[in-house]
Parts: sequence; C-alpha cells; structure tokens
Amino acid sequence: CHGLEQGTGVERRGEGVELEEAEGCKSKEAEIKRINKELANIRSKFKGDKALDGYSKKKYVCKLLFIFLLGHDIDFGHMEAVNLLSSNKYTEKQIGYLFISVLVNSNSELIRLINNAIKNDLASRNPTFMCLALHCIANVGSREMAEAFASEIPRILVAGDTMDSVKQSAALCLLRLYKTSPDLVPMGEWTSRVVHLLNDQHMGVVTAAVSLITCLCKKNPDDFKTCVSLAVSRLSRIVSSASTDLQDYTYYFVPAPWLSVKLLRLLQCYPPPEDAAVKGRLVECLETILNKAQEPPKSKKVQHSNAKNAILFEAISLIIHYDRWVTPPSGAPPALLLLLPPPPPSAPPVLKVAILAEKYAVDYSWYVDTILNLIRIAGDYVSEEVWYRVIQIVINRDDVQGYAAKTVFEALQAPACHENMVKVGGYILGEFGNLIAGDPRSSPLVQFNLLHSKFHLCSVATRALLLSTYIKFINLFPETKGTIQEVLRSDSQIRNADVELQQRAVEYLKLSSIASTDVLATVLEEMPPFPERESSILAKLKKKKGPGAGSELDDGKKDPNAEMNGGVEPTASTASTPSPSADLLGLRAAPSASSGAPPSSGNLLVDVFSDSPSGTAGLAPGTEENFLRFVCKNNGVLFENQLLQIGVKSEFRQNLGELRVGIARGWGESSCPIHRGDGPGELNVQTKAVEPLVEGGAQVQQVLNIECLNDFTEAPLLNIKFRYGGTLQNITLKLPVTVNKFFQATEMQSQDFFQRWKQLSLPQQEAQKIFKASHPMDSEVTKAKLLGFGSALLEKVDPNPDNYVGAGIIQTKALQVGCLLRLEPNAQAQMYRLTLRTSKESVSKHLCELLSQQF
Amino acid sequence: MQFMLLFSRQGKLRLQKWYVPLSDKEKKKITRELVQTVLARKPKMCSFLEWRDLKIVYKRLYASLYFCCAIEDQDNELITLEIIHRYVELLDKYFGSVCELDIIFNFEKAYFILDEFLLGGEVQETSKKNVLKAIEQADLLQEVSKQFFD
Repeated sequence: CHGLEQGTGVERRGEGVELEEAEGCKSKEAEIKRINKELANIRSKFKGDKALDGYSKKKYVCKLLFIFLLGHDIDFGHMEAVNLLSSNKYTEKQIGYLFISVLVNSNSELIRLINNAIKNDLASRNPTFMCLALHCIANVGSREMAEAFASEIPRILVAGDTMDSVKQSAALCLLRLYKTSPDLVPMGEWTSRVVHLLNDQHMGVVTAAVSLITCLCKKNPDDFKTCVSLAVSRLSRIVSSASTDLQDYTYYFVPAPWLSVKLLRLLQCYPPPEDAAVKGRLVECLETILNKAQEPPKSKKVQHSNAKNAILFEAISLIIHYDRWVTPPSGAPPALLLLLPPPPPSAPPVLKVAILAEKYAVDYSWYVDTILNLIRIAGDYVSEEVWYRVIQIVINRDDVQGYAAKTVFEALQAPACHENMVKVGGYILGEFGNLIAGDPRSSPLVQFNLLHSKFHLCSVATRALLLSTYIKFINLFPETKGTIQEVLRSDSQIRNADVELQQRAVEYLKLSSIASTDVLATVLEEMPPFPERESSILAKLKKKKGPGAGSELDDGKKDPNAEMNGGVEPTASTASTPSPSADLLGLRAAPSASSGAPPSSGNLLVDVFSDSPSGTAGLAPGTEENFLRFVCKNNGVLFENQLLQIGVKSEFRQNLGELRVGIARGWGESSCPIHRGDGPGELNVQTKAVEPLVEGGAQVQQVLNIECLNDFTEAPLLNIKFRYGGTLQNITLKLPVTVNKFFQATEMQSQDFFQRWKQLSLPQQEAQKIFKASHPMDSEVTKAKLLGFGSALLEKVDPNPDNYVGAGIIQTKALQVGCLLRLEPNAQAQMYRLTLRTSKESVSKHLCELLSQQF
Repeated sequence: MQFMLLFSRQGKLRLQKWYVPLSDKEKKKITRELVQTVLARKPKMCSFLEWRDLKIVYKRLYASLYFCCAIEDQDNELITLEIIHRYVELLDKYFGSVCELDIIFNFEKAYFILDEFLLGGEVQETSKKNVLKAIEQADLLQEVSKQFFD
C-alpha cells in the first residue's frame, strides 16, 4: 500500500504533504484553519494575473475537490473546472469532468458551457474523450443534459463504427437519461438494433445493453419483445460454457455471473417464450442452473457460492414469475414445478422447491418471500410441513420476524387469499404483529380486521388458529380488547357447532376478562425458538459455511435447548447394530408379506420397536413402475414421497451383486430409518451398515450384498421403519434385483446361435409373447434396453435387419442357464413379438415376462 | 444501485457516488444516518439490512473501511455483495494491496475505476483486465503529455 500515486510524480508528493497536514489535524478547528488557508491560496491563484497553465489548473481543481469531499463546502472553482473540459489533455479533461459531476451546479451559463464541451467531445471520434463525456452525462443526468443529448446517444449506441467501450457507456448513459427524463427519449428505429447488441461478442457491451433493455421494455414491451429469444440464447451459452471459455468474465469459476443475473431479470419482464425451441432451451438452461447448484462447489471461497447462489435465486424468481402463465392440466401441480430437475411423479414438487429454498437460503427474508410466493401460487399443494417450517424459521430468527410480519400483512391484502396464507399470516401476526403495529397502515385494529375478514371463509382448523391469534392480540394490543371480545362473545363463536371453536371462543373470552395483564402476558408469551435438531438441514448448511465465512446464519438465532421434541432417536451410527446374520434374511418369499414378528437375531434396532405395529399390509403404492424401470438399469430413484427419497446404485458380476441403498429424509421429525431386507430363498441377501454420510444425518446409506443361489422370480423386499410425527411409519419396497441382473452377455456367431436355438426347441423351453409397444419404437433405445437387460446384441444373425437377437447366460450358484432371445418389432402395428428360449421353463417364462414390460 | 458510500471506522466519508438525483442536504442526511446505522452493526451480523425502503449491502475491508451500497427492493443482494468484492479487487490490483490512504490520496483514481466498472448504477464492465486497461491508458497519456509539456 502506498500513499503515493503512480504516474503523477513529484508534484503529487508536495500536494500530498499539504493534504496530509489537513488530514492529520488534531482538532476540527485546526483542520478548518488549515483548509481555509489552502482555499485562500487556491482562490488567489485562480484570480491571479498570470493565466494558469493546464497542469496547475488541474492540480488546484483536484485539491478543491478533495477539500469538498472532506466535507467542506466549496463555492468557487466551477469555471476553472469547466475550462479544463476544453483542454485536449485527457487527464485535465478527466479532472474537469469529475469536478462538475460531483459538484453539480445549476448556473445556466455554466450548464451551457458544460453541454458544449460534452458535445465537442462526443463528436470528437476519440473514444476516450467520448467515454469521458458519456460518463459525465450518466453521472449528472440532468434534464438539461437530457434535452441536449437524448437524441444523440441512441445514434452513437447503434452506429456501426462505434468502439465497444463507447457502446457500453452509451447504453448505460442512455439508461440514466431515460430514468430521469423518459419523455425525452423517444423510441425509434434504434430499438431493434439495441436488441441485437445482445448478440455482441463483447461481453461488456452485452452487460450494458441488457440493463438498458430491461428498463426500456417495461414501458415499451412490444418494441423489445425480440430480446427474449436472444436473451435465452445468450444465457444458454453462458450457463453451458466451461470456465475457460469466458476467460476474464469468469468470476471464481462461475461464468459471467452479473450478466447471467441480468439476463434472468430481463426474462422476468416477459411471459414465458411461446416458441417451442426457445422454451426448450430455456428450460434446459434453468435445469442446468438448478443442477449446478446441487453439485459440490468448485471453490471454497464465499465469492464462488455467492455468485452461484445469486444466479440460483434469480432463476427461481423467474420460475415463480412464469407460473402465472402456464395452466396445469387439472390435477397436476402448477407448471413451475415442471421446470424443476426431473423427479418421479410421486414426489410432491412443492416440497422440493421448499427444501431447495431452505437449503440455499443465505438470506432468510428471501426464504420467507419464496415460501409465501409458493403459498400464493401453489397454495393447494403446500403441505403442512412447508408452512410449519416457515413459521419455525421465523420464530427462530429475530432478524426476519419484522420482515415476515410485514410481508404476510401485505399478502393478506389480496382479495382472494389462499387459506394456507391465512394460517401462516394469522400465526405470524399473532406472534409478531407488534413489529408492524407502529405504522398506522398496519395498526393492531387494521391487522385484526384484515384477519377477521377472512375468518368466515376458512375451515374449522384455520378458524381455531385465528381465534388463538385474537387472544394473542388482546394481550399485545389492549386497545383491541373491546372489539375482539365482542367478536368472541358473538353467537357464531360461543354457540358454534364445532366443539373446538366453541371451546376456544368461550375460554379465550373468559381468559381475556378475568386474567390480569400479567397473567395474560405470561400465558400468551411469545413462542420460544424451536430447538434445532443436530441433523437438520440448517445445521448441515452451518457446518458447510464454517467459522468466519460470513456466518449470516448465526444472526438473530436464539440459543437452542438440548432436548429435542419427542425424544432422541438413535442414528444409524450410534445404534451400532450388529449386522444381522445371513440366516435371518433368507426366508420370506411372498411379496405381500407383512414383517410379522421381529426376527430372532440380535438386531437391536428392531428390538426397540418390537412392540410397535408391525409391517405394512402390502407394498408402498406406486412403486411397481419404479421397480420396472430398474430391470434394464442399475441406478436410480426407487421410491419417493413427502418424507423419504430412496435411491439405489447397484453393480452385478456373475452371480453376485452389491446394492447401495441411499435413504434421504425430506424433513419433519423423522428419525433415522432402520431397515432389513427379506429375500426369496434363492437369494442370499446380507445387509451391511455403512456410516451415515458426513453431512450429518440427512442421508443414510446401506449396502446389501446379494448372492444368487438359484433362479428366482420374486424380488427381495426392503422394509423401512422410521418415526415421523410421533408415530412409527413403515414402507415396504421391492428391491430392484431381478434374475436378469445375473445375466452375462454372450457373443456368438450366427451358426452357433441357430444351432443352440434348434437345441432348445421343446415347447416348455420356449416362452413367447406378442404385445403392444408402450414406448416409442426407437431402435437405439431398444438396443440400449436390451444391453441394459444384460443380453448381448448379436448383429447379422437374423435375416431381417429390423429384428433384434440376443444371447446370454444366467449365472447362479447352483446352475447356469443359457438364454437366447429374439425381438421382432412391427412398426406399422406398433407391436412386438418376443421369443425366449432357455433350458429352464421358469426362466424362459420369467425373462419373457420381465422383458416384454420394458418396451 | 442508488448510491455507494465508502467510509472509515470513524465515520469519515472517503468516497460517495450517487446514482439518483438528490439535493446536497438530502445527501448529507442520508450519509449521516446510514453511516451511523452501519457502524453500529456487530461484526458477525448479516451483510444485508433493510433501511428506509432500500436494501443496504455492505462489506468491511481490513476492519477499517466500509463499502456500502444501497439497492432497490427487487435487486439481487447477493450479486451486489460481489459487486463490492469486485470493486475492491480492482482497487487492489491498481494500487497494489489497497488501503484507506490510497483512496484518500488518490481519490480521483478510485472514482475513475468505479466509473469504468459501474455506470449509472448498473454494472458495465466486469472484466478486470478491461477496466484496468482503460485506467492505465489515462496514466500513460499523462506520462506522455508530461514529457512534452513540462
């Protein structure tokens, strides 16, 4: 660090000494004295007989500016500054412009001179001079400047021979003029050319142009509507670029973050693109952004995550914005959710958005906004956990309580307000309404009337909540007591047919009448913070941030108590279950088996719950489809609902297989799940517990080792028990282990194939099925499925090139079964004929059954 | 962005850039109030705060210098935090490990660099190279002109 400047040399040092003196003055008076001395000196120099040379003028104008910025008023020097503008030395001009931009003077003569100088510089064709002039206009942005230059700037902006640096300054200069004097910037031919600046190869030009277009299109949407597809292309190119592509525009491994945010903001000015190609590209783009956000970070620096998250927030804002236009087919969730990363249909996407929002919330007011928006847009699909959670968060964070109160108050103003919004609003105003009660627009009575206006439209549960809010209001705002008591006293409350409502009304009325203010205050004390569980998503985020990494999360958080709601549940690691013996898991074959009596081996966790209601009557609904998807692939999501997501990664070799079952909790009070697999006798399934992943309990992995003893038709079962909401929950799933997993592909020549085919000609050795195609009959996809099934694909065997021929061997401990298959498609009829020939009847039948369901 | 203020821990204003038209009196009032508010913040507090009808994004440099931006409600505060960081990087690169003194004695350079980076309150050029190239050009011109005219 040096106090000396590069490039101006000796004189600066002298100046510096004087200024240092001023800076170093011990008292205000001494400083003022010193300053005045200097001012007098400068004044005399300006008035002196000798005309000052440019250099000295610059020096003194600069000093004046410095003194002004120290906080002292300056009433002279403008003329000298304006004179500097007409110098042809860049640095003199620069200081002149700086002075007049900072000390704006409304003297009309000066203005005339300034505008004249600017005009000359704009016409000079010297890019550095032009930029100086444009910067000045952008900095001052006065009406007089707008009058003088508003028509000139657009011309400069779109002229073919304008340098990049000038273009980018011209764009933002025009923006400033438009903001202050929109009437002086008429739309014209230039608007379409400005849109094309989005395609410019200079990123600075694009960055500036986007800001300009975003502002202009708000009042003139039609003039700029072609920007949408260009913006999407640009965004798409940025988002999919490698970090080396954009070079100096990459910021801590994030490509062009400011430009990306700006483009996403621009897109929020228009409805979703209608053109299918553009829409497709945009959806891809948004998916990439959402997916990238979930990837492990490329850098530990907070700048990287801030930039990435800034883009993520803007992308989510865009998705929420689009929801207004896309009408969902009845019964399906709103389209905004269709833009999220692909989940299987069973997952409630609203929950995904909510989890994402919580996971990436660095700023909790943003989180509150997002959830309230979700409620506003997709209220029907917002489950209880979502709005419980936002309330929990608001209660736990002092710094977002006022914001939440204000935001729900505003949201409740909407004439048609979703009931969930009333619930959330009622609760939050009941706890924190006092934070906005000072403003007459949201005074206590106003808040009460607002809530009560929705009362009769609500369900019993919501009304009960509102009644509680009313008694809280009586406590917080004694002036509302009379009004609220009247309401409680009314027949519709105290004689309400619903017992809960009646009871609440009667009791609250009594409480408000007889309790002293102290007692009332104690009874209705502000809700204490919810204790944060060790394994909560927030704790995970906190841990990731680490110490000193701008721990915004710690703000306003009250100290959590040690106890958890409803007792401590053991995590997989602490339970240290001895792994169940192999015998345990070999016996059940029926898919609809309930888990029945707990097994006899020393499985501690199972013992804990041994008196709890035993297993499900059947398999969890909707799992068959997922299970079938696993026939031709080894990795994927096996099951998903509001509470859990279960993924499987598997690997098979000969007659052995390894399954890694990952269980991720959504949220809620679910404790860590325990599970065991039940296999048909032909499969030996061993479970091996694995340490929960380092990110603290939100995910647990279990490894299952499988040995195929013999061919089998039934899949092994996975049973998962866990606690949620105080009750024991149970899910049974089929593990994606089918006999074709032990299928080893076998290559062979056409002669060999036909020889074997003839050998397996007994009727019981063949299984055949003719069926309608349930997927598009795409040749590549079909081949991939056959390979995924485990078969070899034999070329040049079947005389008909459209047919598929395969071969392989099923590997089991007891025996090996050779299999041949032939798949004949009929594209016209959209049907297939599948023929399986193996040495074992049951295998032929089963494989045929399995495979036919894949097409 | 509506304005950017740089001030020391003692509340002395080192740089003030206003992107909206305000009278001198209003500017002084805003500065006084905001400086007080930000200086009262504890070290571990959030970098974002609500003030009047604006969002304030601020960052502390070397514990002695505050960079403070005021943005509108719909603006993206996270990216604004990175605007501050980028500006600090630019100053750092130009001055070589920037400190408060640099900004005091070379205040005009701080303004020039800011004008290359942001214009009219909007991000203009985010390439460090391009911004510093523009500034260095000016310095070069100065050197050249000194030779001929002194």
